[in-house]
Amino acid sequence: MIFRIALGAALAVALVFLTLPVVAIFVDSTPGELIDSLGEPGALDALWLSLRTTATALAIILVVGTPAAYLLATRSFRGKAAVVTLVELPLVLPPAVAGVALLAALGPHGIVGDELDSAGVELTFQTAGVVVALTFVASPFYIRQAVAGFASVDRTLLDASRTLGSSEARGFLRVVIPSAMPSLVAGAALAFGRALGEFGATLMFAGSLQGVTQTAPLAIYERFNVEFEDALALSAVLVAVSAAILLSVKLVQGSEALGGAPR
Amino acid sequence: MAALAGVLVLAAAGCGGDEAEGGGEPRLVVSAASSMTEALTECARDYAAADVRLQLAGSDELAAQIRQGVKPDVYAAANTRLPDELHDEGLLSRPVEFATNTFVLATPAGSEIDAVEDLRREGVAIAIGSESVPIGAYTRETLALLPRAQEEAILANVRSNEPDVKGIVGKLSQGAADAGFVYVTDVNAAGEELEAIELPAELEPEVTYGAGVVEGARDPGAARAFVEGLVDGPCADALEAAGFGPPPR
Repeated sequence: MIFRIALGAALAVALVFLTLPVVAIFVDSTPGELIDSLGEPGALDALWLSLRTTATALAIILVVGTPAAYLLATRSFRGKAAVVTLVELPLVLPPAVAGVALLAALGPHGIVGDELDSAGVELTFQTAGVVVALTFVASPFYIRQAVAGFASVDRTLLDASRTLGSSEARGFLRVVIPSAMPSLVAGAALAFGRALGEFGATLMFAGSLQGVTQTAPLAIYERFNVEFEDALALSAVLVAVSAAILLSVKLVQGSEALGGAPR
Repeated sequence: MAALAGVLVLAAAGCGGDEAEGGGEPRLVVSAASSMTEALTECARDYAAADVRLQLAGSDELAAQIRQGVKPDVYAAANTRLPDELHDEGLLSRPVEFATNTFVLATPAGSEIDAVEDLRREGVAIAIGSESVPIGAYTRETLALLPRAQEEAILANVRSNEPDVKGIVGKLSQGAADAGFVYVTDVNAAGEELEAIELPAELEPEVTYGAGVVEGARDPGAARAFVEGLVDGPCADALEAAGFGPPPR
């Protein structure tokens, strides 16, 4: 009995602690004020830039991360554990470290800075630099989930498709991807959320300029110093977008589980 | 709600224990403009009368925190406007002017840029402070004194609005930006990496630093002593050594 009360109390504490700040964003100002604040110059620019850069980063993550994760999930090779650890490392890196690391690698003075420069690739102060920062911090979120998803796919399904004459590539597309879909969707949503919220690495590596590199989190930070209301309004939009992503993932996973559960 | 209160009590208890550890010295939280990072870090380490904890960020961000109810003991800004505003809002004691700084154009060492006019050139990447941080306000003030076409050409080359002056220094020393407007003390602190270009007197804004005791400071006496020490004392000496000027008379 006491154990059950303790569990309930722990959940109550967690719930209050986690929801109070989010609720406060909406309680502190009326919906009308929130909408007015979005009319401020720069607010919509920042949101639009955030959506574009996050979508681009996610596309790159999906195209490169999906086959890479499949390989990690289905093959064993020497040093695999080390590779997995390296791929997952950005997951636990502080954003400031990610920013310094990106500058040290890809910045003008970075180890491949000269090569990038002579190839005509400019990243700092550019939207492309934002995409690089987002991709760096967010990809492990997807790859991790995708590896887990691929690893749990029933191999007999793939073998069956092979005996029926399908190539491995075809089996991957027709059998493996659909079976792993709930994990892939969950991973993509996590990566999207992480990329949308990225702040430190973006500021350090790409800078902050309206319409070019100032994503919504950077705009929130800038506005917080001047007009708290505006910062609240942008925050409210990000909360809504993030909640919508989370909810749609739950729905997709719900329907996948119903439709795709093994009988 | 009771659970939440429990958490808060625990947190408060944690803070109390922390304070006792200081061995009798009062703990003093000083929110200071990031341009004073090097100077204040040095004098805070040797500060005898209190255990000084520095909070360094853009003056505007620190002021916004105070407006949202954060209570450091001392607020020291890179201008006098923000301390004056906080004073008018009843959040800060009457501010004291304690130092001046020189507003300069900075470039990575060995740069071909040696005057403000050079910033008009196409392809020059400039990093400046955002509008709300003092260094950004001084920058816009100065550029507004230039002929309109020149001002616009320079603003068109701005590649980043950094939240504080150290962000500009970082972009310069990493070679991301070709030029930026900072304080001479930042160039001094960066060592050989950066070069300062002085502005013609008619373009140079007056940069005066103001500080005060935050209303509700835990130990107003110690806070007051720290502010006075910025004008005359070890922290004033550290500021002078870093290249700050004496307060205007």
